[in-house]
Amino acid sequence: MARKVNRKIPVGRRELLKGAAALGGAAAFGFPMISRAQAATIKVGMPTILSGRVAQLGTSSRNGVMMEVEKFNAAGGLGGRKIEMVVRDSKGQPQEAARVSRELINSDGCEILFDAEASSGAFAVQEVAKDLGVLCLHVNSETSSLTADPKIRIPNAFRVTRQGVHDSIVGGSYAAGVAKAKGLRKWMTCSPDYAYGRDTTAQFVEYLKHFYPEAEIVGEAWPKLFQPDYTEVITKILQAKPQALYSCLWGGDLTSYIDQGNIYALFGATEFFAVNMADYTALTAVKNLPTGIHSGNRYVKTFPRTPANAAWGDAYRAKYGEYPTNWAWQATTTVQFLAAAMKKVNSSDGKKIAEALRGMKIESPFGADGTVTMRAEDQTMIGYAIGWGTTISKEPYIPEVKAGDWKQILELELDWKKRNKYL
Amino acid sequence: MDPAALAECLQTASCMVTQTTSGLIIGMLLFLVAAGLTLIFGVLKVVNFTHGSFYMLGAYLALGAYRFSGNFALAVACGGAGVALFGVVFERLFISRVYGSNVLMQLLVCYAFILILDDVVKLVWGAEFQSMGMPSAFQRPPLLMAGGVVPVFYLFLIVFALAIGAVLWLVITRTRMGKIVRAAAHNPTMTSALGINNGLVYGAVFASGGMLAGLAGALAAPVRSMSPGMGVSILIESFIVTVIGGMGSVGGALVGSLLIGLIRSFGSIGFPLFTEGIMFLFMAIVLVIKPSGLSGKGV
Repeated sequence: MARKVNRKIPVGRRELLKGAAALGGAAAFGFPMISRAQAATIKVGMPTILSGRVAQLGTSSRNGVMMEVEKFNAAGGLGGRKIEMVVRDSKGQPQEAARVSRELINSDGCEILFDAEASSGAFAVQEVAKDLGVLCLHVNSETSSLTADPKIRIPNAFRVTRQGVHDSIVGGSYAAGVAKAKGLRKWMTCSPDYAYGRDTTAQFVEYLKHFYPEAEIVGEAWPKLFQPDYTEVITKILQAKPQALYSCLWGGDLTSYIDQGNIYALFGATEFFAVNMADYTALTAVKNLPTGIHSGNRYVKTFPRTPANAAWGDAYRAKYGEYPTNWAWQATTTVQFLAAAMKKVNSSDGKKIAEALRGMKIESPFGADGTVTMRAEDQTMIGYAIGWGTTISKEPYIPEVKAGDWKQILELELDWKKRNKYL
Repeated sequence: MDPAALAECLQTASCMVTQTTSGLIIGMLLFLVAAGLTLIFGVLKVVNFTHGSFYMLGAYLALGAYRFSGNFALAVACGGAGVALFGVVFERLFISRVYGSNVLMQLLVCYAFILILDDVVKLVWGAEFQSMGMPSAFQRPPLLMAGGVVPVFYLFLIVFALAIGAVLWLVITRTRMGKIVRAAAHNPTMTSALGINNGLVYGAVFASGGMLAGLAGALAAPVRSMSPGMGVSILIESFIVTVIGGMGSVGGALVGSLLIGLIRSFGSIGFPLFTEGIMFLFMAIVLVIKPSGLSGKGV
């Protein structure tokens, strides 16, 4: 049997050695383009939330990034070097976000991190970026202290997202206008009990009182992040009988809250200000959306009302079969900033890119004046379109948006930083 | 901490009505899940860690049936029956192999299925959150009782869950089937010697426990957004309930669920930042004073 097999496969020791030598030669000289091309990609690691209650937002982050990366690569990349995205699921858990981030750098060989976590995970990713010294672009976290507080801010991390304090100034100004017109003095807040919820709510209240000192907070409710049942929170609000209610709940939490509030007729009894309502994810998920909810613009393709924004929204929907989200436009902008910075310094070196990013201004469909700027001193994005309006239950969902005034935002933000000893 | 607000609430009829019904709603949904968990443990001596996933599966099956038919009653039936059916298959093929094994082995099998069911839900319904919306029959203004607000849908939930609890109690205590189940829980060797097919009894009990969790998921579907992994939080609360009420006691599950519901409801007024702390504190006190739980043990 053994001889028969040997006759059928006439490979001796010499032939085997020759074959091996030929294969080695081919690998070394015959296919160098493949191995060189693989090494030449710019690997970017991205931890985000791809499962659980906010998976749709994480997926939209990935979509927003991929849409722009494909465009960048198709245009030839950085002198032929293309961006290769490595996206991992953190399940929305900060410790997992940190672990995945480390793995992306240490094991997968990524040079840059896109932190596409919610705020709960963003601080964990920032710690990893600080420890490993890699360039990190925050794609979603809106918690102001992440970049405003010099004790937390690091030179190699940049925020390419809207910021809580900006939303609060614009929201506070808008809400004060409504409150003055309707005489809404008794206010209550209901926000998720973690950094973003606490931070943003405190800032909103501060600016509501700044613009309308008669406003009085008669109660607070702090449901847990991803809490399934809000019954006790809703009944507590009903007991307090506020005239107006502010919330920065978001995603599935916000839709659950509205579904449960509806059966208590909560939104008929109180004027509702939900900063995160006007995002297509939430707007389309709520089956019985009450009309007249006041909301900040998260992402709607009608604000800013420009052809570039509408075209981007339509292109996203055509490609992915769903509406983009707030996380999606921020993800796209992140790639646009990175691409512009890399081209400026003609390098993928993190330190050079960081230097280029400071103070960089780029054209953007999401800019209030068609541009957005990466402010040098605290490495956070400014100049994006920001405003508030009231919702209706069908498209365009938020027909009129009152745009925020960036001059006023920057003045009050400066004052806020001074009071918090961030400057 | 706002004990003054709690004291004021306790003296106001409208607050008492609203918060008590709120506590009952939270408690009764929890009771359905915890009753199934404790029933399975009482008879099969298996801690079913997949019970939260059964709740999730019930919600998603109900969502699928509701989207297909637009009929909420059918959706609830599908949620309960679908999970019962899955429960039988799961028990016969997998759980029956770990009877008598240590808890770690049971935990591993159950944990595997938590992950599998999460992924199955993700494949079928997608990873993003889903919302069923309120059935049109319940889209009506809430009732006002003594100045308190009681939603019609929640009133229905309380009555429905109480009815299921009553049926469960009657079956266990007043029927031949109930006697067999109790006998099998107490001494399976004896029931086997008497010619009773223990495997059949175990399968039926597991299916019933699963059905209760499935029903709870289906009933909660109109007001809670659904996403893969949604069963974890209710599983943790169910464990608190079973520890307080007593592992294996359906009556204890009812008492424990209502207590948790009322703690959360009134705690949100008086101790809004320590409501969960009170729940765990209460559980710890019960464990110290009466380790077997408030209602002892046994079905």
